[in-house]
Amino acid sequence: MGMIPAELKYAKTHEWVRTEDDGTVTVGITDHAQHALGDIVYVDLPEVGDTLKAGQEAGVVESVKAASDIYAPISGEVIAVNDELADNPEMINNDPYTGGWIFKLKPLDVNELDDIQDSDVYKEWCESGDH
Amino acid sequence: MLKRTTLYEKHQASGAKLVDFSGWEMPIHYGSQLEEHDVVRKDVGMFDISHITSLDVTGKDARVFLRYLLANDVEKLTNVGQALYTGMLDETGGILDDLIVYRMQEDNTFYRLIVNCATRSKDCAWINQHSAQFAVQISEQANVSMLAIQGPNAREKLSQVMPKLAEKIEKLAYFHSFTDGDWMICATGYTGEDGFEVIIPDAEIEAYWDHLLASDVKPCGLGARDTLRLEAGMNLYGTDMDESINPYEANMAWTVALKPVDRNFVGRNALEGLIDADNRKLVGIILDAKAILRSHQQVFHDGKNVGEITSGSFSPTLQKSIGLARVNSFNGSCEVEIRGKRLPISIVKPPFVRKGKIVYQSLEI
Repeated sequence: MGMIPAELKYAKTHEWVRTEDDGTVTVGITDHAQHALGDIVYVDLPEVGDTLKAGQEAGVVESVKAASDIYAPISGEVIAVNDELADNPEMINNDPYTGGWIFKLKPLDVNELDDIQDSDVYKEWCESGDH
Repeated sequence: MLKRTTLYEKHQASGAKLVDFSGWEMPIHYGSQLEEHDVVRKDVGMFDISHITSLDVTGKDARVFLRYLLANDVEKLTNVGQALYTGMLDETGGILDDLIVYRMQEDNTFYRLIVNCATRSKDCAWINQHSAQFAVQISEQANVSMLAIQGPNAREKLSQVMPKLAEKIEKLAYFHSFTDGDWMICATGYTGEDGFEVIIPDAEIEAYWDHLLASDVKPCGLGARDTLRLEAGMNLYGTDMDESINPYEANMAWTVALKPVDRNFVGRNALEGLIDADNRKLVGIILDAKAILRSHQQVFHDGKNVGEITSGSFSPTLQKSIGLARVNSFNGSCEVEIRGKRLPISIVKPPFVRKGKIVYQSLEI
């Protein structure tokens, strides 16, 4: 299962979402997801200024063995991306919840945050099958 | 229910992540595929390859039968214990499997074939069907495991672990083997490094594994095995070639023995018509951009689709993505399409890496 911090929210597609003090949200992939992917060697980031809908493809994380899409957990405008991942993609493996963040969104509708899972629900979701 | 090798519990004890590999529950890695790749390039690692099938061909006609069955010629095996890489073709020249054949006895009544795991039942049916008119018996070697010990320090480590055989191990030449009771030690591999593949009775494999582990030989999974073989420019059956592909389209012309001209083998007639044809070629690909080549991505020259990536991955040694592609001939530059973007690629002659060194050469096709 890996670490599932209680203060974050989680998409079924294994992104985590952290709401910052200024109302923006930071997105990355979970410890469970980075474990399943194995050594990450490349990250295709969204572009700052892109407007994404909830569930829309935002980028790609590639491990040695496979490519995996990253989706926007809620709708919003991309206001920052983690450029350090270009040279250090392994930060997602080593530090998925802090140094390995992927992009930040300015939400279009904060109510969409209510539609994604809390940590205990995500934990059950991971345990319930081969996700 | 997935099949398990005798070493299943040992893999669990070493922290393996196990996946379904052609019906076998096999280690993909034991923590980090990249570290395992590195350990084989720089030191020594071991792979459980017990899912691979070993078939013994015995009998009066063994040599004659294999000269008919295989595209390479077992007559090239001048020494007992020597090995030969070959395709097994159908009548159209399509590759049914690639395999290694060992000459086991001086009198040519015993050869051993090491065939792929995914093709096992197809191979057995094909071999049995074609053996009907020959005085041979085909039997799958039962109750054996197989371990690959690979890396620049493999020879030294194996000699330490098996002191009674050290002298033989130290001088064993590439693509040669020797037997010791029920054990068979082969100087072969799928990594581009010095190394050995050892056939061991199931009853002795766990103790041998523990012995190697205690001697600092690191367990490595099939993930690293794949990036190692790709860097070594070695084909993977089912990915880089299959029945729809002939040896000339798979960088395997060197494994086809058309001489002597009077040797009839399955697929020969078709190959004689194909040798001068405008065959597609299997080439090496290097991508400088930050993206990863994967099988089935399309290759373009001058806006036209000229081929397809067959294998692609990240190369830990080159620190960029490499692949194999099957392409038509063209002049000039080409591109690969990844998620809607066309990115420039270089065409090279594999291997990319041998014995820890980057060795590829540019190639005009």
